[in-house]
Amino acid sequence: MQPLQKSMRNKKTIAVLTLGVILIFAGILASLSYGARVIPFAEVLESLFHERADSFNSAVVKERIPRTVFALMAGASLGVSGSLMQAITRNPIADPSILGVNTGASLSVVLGMAFLKIGSLHEYIFLALAGAAVTAVFVYTIGSLGHGGATPIKLALAGAATSAALSSLVSAVVLPRTDVMNAFRFWQVGSVGGATWEGIYAVLPFLLIGLILAISVTPSLDALALGDDLATGLGVRTGLIRLSSAAAGVILCGATTAIAGPIGFVGLMVPHTMKLLVGPHLKLTVPLSAIGGGILLTFADVIGRLLGSPSELESGIVTAFIGAPILIFIAMKSKGRGL
Amino acid sequence: MKNDMQSAVMSGHRKRRRRFIFSTSLLVITVISLCILALVLGRTPYPLETVVRVLLGEDIDGAAFAVRTLKLPRMVAALFVGMAFGLAGSTFQTMLRNPLASPDIIGVTAGSSVAAVYGILILNLSGQVISMAALVSGLLVTLLIYCLSRKGSFSGGKLILIGIGVQAMLSSVVSYLLLRASQHDVPYAMRWLSGSLNGIRMSSIGILPPVVVIFGGVIILLGKQLKILELGEERAVALGVRTSLIRSVLIICAVVLIAFSTSVTGPIAFVSFLSGPIAGKITGKGAPAEFASALVGASLVLGADLMGQFAFSTSYPVGVITGIIGAPYLLYLLIGMNRKGGVA
Repeated sequence: MQPLQKSMRNKKTIAVLTLGVILIFAGILASLSYGARVIPFAEVLESLFHERADSFNSAVVKERIPRTVFALMAGASLGVSGSLMQAITRNPIADPSILGVNTGASLSVVLGMAFLKIGSLHEYIFLALAGAAVTAVFVYTIGSLGHGGATPIKLALAGAATSAALSSLVSAVVLPRTDVMNAFRFWQVGSVGGATWEGIYAVLPFLLIGLILAISVTPSLDALALGDDLATGLGVRTGLIRLSSAAAGVILCGATTAIAGPIGFVGLMVPHTMKLLVGPHLKLTVPLSAIGGGILLTFADVIGRLLGSPSELESGIVTAFIGAPILIFIAMKSKGRGL
Repeated sequence: MKNDMQSAVMSGHRKRRRRFIFSTSLLVITVISLCILALVLGRTPYPLETVVRVLLGEDIDGAAFAVRTLKLPRMVAALFVGMAFGLAGSTFQTMLRNPLASPDIIGVTAGSSVAAVYGILILNLSGQVISMAALVSGLLVTLLIYCLSRKGSFSGGKLILIGIGVQAMLSSVVSYLLLRASQHDVPYAMRWLSGSLNGIRMSSIGILPPVVVIFGGVIILLGKQLKILELGEERAVALGVRTSLIRSVLIICAVVLIAFSTSVTGPIAFVSFLSGPIAGKITGKGAPAEFASALVGASLVLGADLMGQFAFSTSYPVGVITGIIGAPYLLYLLIGMNRKGGVA
């Protein structure tokens, strides 16, 4: 029985993985070819692999490369971040956007823009990370106080309420400063459209650290899912694992937010989908969430460009529209008591 | 022995009643004095006597314009919007048995905001049309949230989670509209979104006062039933309350209040959220909280608007002030509530 199940799972995983790789390539191709100006696939491939940078179309394709790369990276980070947060909080709706982490990052960036006159990418990233970390710890602490620990409803309310509080602080800072307001409104809606190579290089080390940390903790996280006592019995240092997973989750989403602005719901949708596909093993779902997140955000970006043409619909808006119904669906499926 | 107990109960009852009457009259006095302050204070303050004479119809150079066209509408709007937010907020909180479940968190306010922002930024509408649009979309969004949460069995927790999801979608639409707006419209829209009484005229207030009186009155009249709903679905049914009907009527009234006031001033942060709990603290347990919530809401908006206008070097919209005052209180509330384990 056991080996049979295992081989079934392996087959499923391989199938999902293959599909994922195919979709990634499809996503890259679509992202390079669709937009305000649609470029045929053949020409995309040609300008990628032949050094013939003279035509207008190949210039357009080159322009679209950074955002495509960034969409894949950001999506992967958000997917992994979401699945880590859901695992350590044992909470199906933990997601950077719901925990208020995005707003925390926003507030600290806005404060930096207004009072410290920051401008460089590294300063953005550090501030966003700090804001994200403080908010995540804060919301989780409040949400887990009292009877029953961090139930979905308590966590969601703590997140929503903190978000509301932080965003009124954001308006207090932004409203008297027209210049900041204008910079801020473009940052407030998550989008991968503004990605540059410079931004990608600046954020890459953080994402790598986060991903490596994430991959190194997942085996222990699987043990943690059995309950703290059993995990300790299996030799897992539960506190350390929780802390490093939380750090990885916050680094990943904070660094992404610094470049892209708040992109919600990727971290909510992708891990759930992966769990449905391959079962609840974090060893599988964490890496697959990276793939799934990359695919989702790349396609969200393409969809946004197609729907918003000739300009574009920011990918953060597209993901909210796909993701919020999924949150609603999770809420409807629950019996109310389990919340 | 029995007499002792009876007299103890009666004296407790009398004590609570005295406290209720005392605190309510205190709130009424606060609201009235804030209203007077709102009329008197200004760049050039006018003595109370002048203000009264102007209100009675006398024409005094300068003062007549300042009081009748600028200050009176602002004061009236603050008063009624505050009452509406306070009432609607406490209705939702009591009904869902969760002090965090106020309309601005579960998506009702966002439903009105979306239509209003669309009207302001894209269609360049103003006045009554915006009110109607905000009203209709607020009601539709609430209906959607309510229907989704009634699938299977109704539970407050489900409604809140669904509301938060809907809220996330709607606020992304609002951000999108803000991005598409031309740059000179953005400050106006941002101000509106954080709730502002700037530039309010009598014409923009429209039928807000009668709406607040009628629908607010219904909520206050249904206070007893609301109190029973708070005991939970099963007990309310057992006590002979037609839960679905009462709940629907209350939700409709609360949404009408929210949508109308949102369309006039924009969503003023945290007023609907804070009024109920503050009123509860002031009047004590067991007292009908609706009327007191309305008064607290009005004092919050009036007071915060005065602070926003005069306390700082730059004038802030009222919503920013209520937000800054509200944030720490909210956190305090959250912590206290979770400790008690009172959430869902």
